[in-house]
Amino acid sequence: MFDFLDDYDVLGAFWTTVQLTLLSAAGSLIWGTLLAAMRVGPVPLMRGFGTAYVNIVRNIPLTVIILFSSLGLYQTLRITLGAGDIVDTANFRLAVLGLIVYTSAFVCEAIRSGINTVPVGQAEAARAIGLSFTQVLFLVVLPQAFRAAVGPLANVLIALTKNTTVAAAIGVAEAALLMKDMVEREAQLLLISAIIAFGFCCLTLPTGLILGWVGKKVAVKR
Amino acid sequence: MSSVLYDAQGPRAKRRNILYTVVFLAALAALVWWVYTALDEKNQLDWALWKPYLGGGTEAYSTYIWPGLQNTLKAAALSMVIALPLGAVLGIARLSDHVWVRVPAAVVVEFFRAIPVLVLMIFGLALFSQYTDVSSDDRPFYAVVTGLVLYNASVLAEIVRAGILSLPKGQSEAAMAIGLRKGQVMRTILLPQAVTAMLPAIVSQLVVIVKDTALGGAVLTFPELLASANTASAYYGANTIASFTIVAVIYLIINFSLTTFASWLEGRLRRRKKSTGAVLSVEDTAGIPGHAGTGTSA
Repeated sequence: MFDFLDDYDVLGAFWTTVQLTLLSAAGSLIWGTLLAAMRVGPVPLMRGFGTAYVNIVRNIPLTVIILFSSLGLYQTLRITLGAGDIVDTANFRLAVLGLIVYTSAFVCEAIRSGINTVPVGQAEAARAIGLSFTQVLFLVVLPQAFRAAVGPLANVLIALTKNTTVAAAIGVAEAALLMKDMVEREAQLLLISAIIAFGFCCLTLPTGLILGWVGKKVAVKR
Repeated sequence: MSSVLYDAQGPRAKRRNILYTVVFLAALAALVWWVYTALDEKNQLDWALWKPYLGGGTEAYSTYIWPGLQNTLKAAALSMVIALPLGAVLGIARLSDHVWVRVPAAVVVEFFRAIPVLVLMIFGLALFSQYTDVSSDDRPFYAVVTGLVLYNASVLAEIVRAGILSLPKGQSEAAMAIGLRKGQVMRTILLPQAVTAMLPAIVSQLVVIVKDTALGGAVLTFPELLASANTASAYYGANTIASFTIVAVIYLIINFSLTTFASWLEGRLRRRKKSTGAVLSVEDTAGIPGHAGTGTSA
């Protein structure tokens, strides 16, 4: 019953899914934090930029962004992100880029919600002893905000794990593309779906449980 | 102005902010210039490529964009109409006093939320082609709706559950005290109030659904808005950038109006004195574990 699986690299496909997830998570954490810093900062132009970025990116489907990075950036503008002429590598990197562009908007909002949980008095006290905006943000507010944002960030990470399937639209060989390939060629629909579903449950459910536990553990008791 | 993080600014801070503004503006300008030259180099700014959309002609819209948009809206609306009652049933079932109702409902909800929508759509497509005689033209539409319904019903179930739990406990206690049965309490006291509380969250879930229909176009050959950009750009001489820009703007307009409507509704419901004051905001649904769809609620 499982014989046909020998023809397919199921573990390899899920490994690609994991790689997409981890690379995009790292990238969007950095860019999302910067966006959040812009949105709460004192410079109106940066605030405006952050707000516009989040509102625009959140309302455009991820599929449009990913497909654009392949058809628009790669095929039309020949941007390969250093992958040369290797289509597969270029598409993988462009998928990561698209996922970062999209996910960082949600990371930004998660961190901003964390910043809102820090009592005003903390920042006031920090300013009273003479810390600058950057010092207040990075020494006092952000460390507490991150601890409060673990829960929301975990949700973003779970969503990101599921969103990596969109990379199938530009031919990145991850789990969803493998599933599409398998159900088209084999007559084992329920078995194949069960395997793929099991794989995603293995990735998303523990993430939620572990990070939920971490979130409770590190949360600042007020 | 001042905020949590910074005071009203003195002359030095103001000068520094102007410096930051100038530097940031320069960086933005450099980015815009880089995009402009990249586009210009590949002749993507030629008027011929943008003319079908911006030249005053309506052919591009009536032939490609409008039919695609209709399919997008049709799939989104149908999915919502099916998923809403299904989600309500699942959400109420999760609050049941009976373990044999509560646990299966919880398993179904958690299972479908853990799985990507695209996987559910691919499953739907294969299901309809292998086990039913739905014609091959209709299959992608059926598959998209199936995927969206399965996923969004479980998300809506959580919204319904959160909505009912957000009501003050006294509501159901008082209802029980005057002798209503469990079903009556749910039907006549809790649900009507919960629905009002949930409205903003439900409207913003529509944004997630509209965005997810695009998956059907990119992977399942469902002729929706995004797919119509592809056919249009093939017809108008590879104007990929122009077609994608127009389509992105249309998505932006639809979803931004839905988001704005949702937050207007939320503000209005919060201000209203008569209700119990329980309003489920967009943020509340973002707090539902793992919820985010192909787009953490907007």
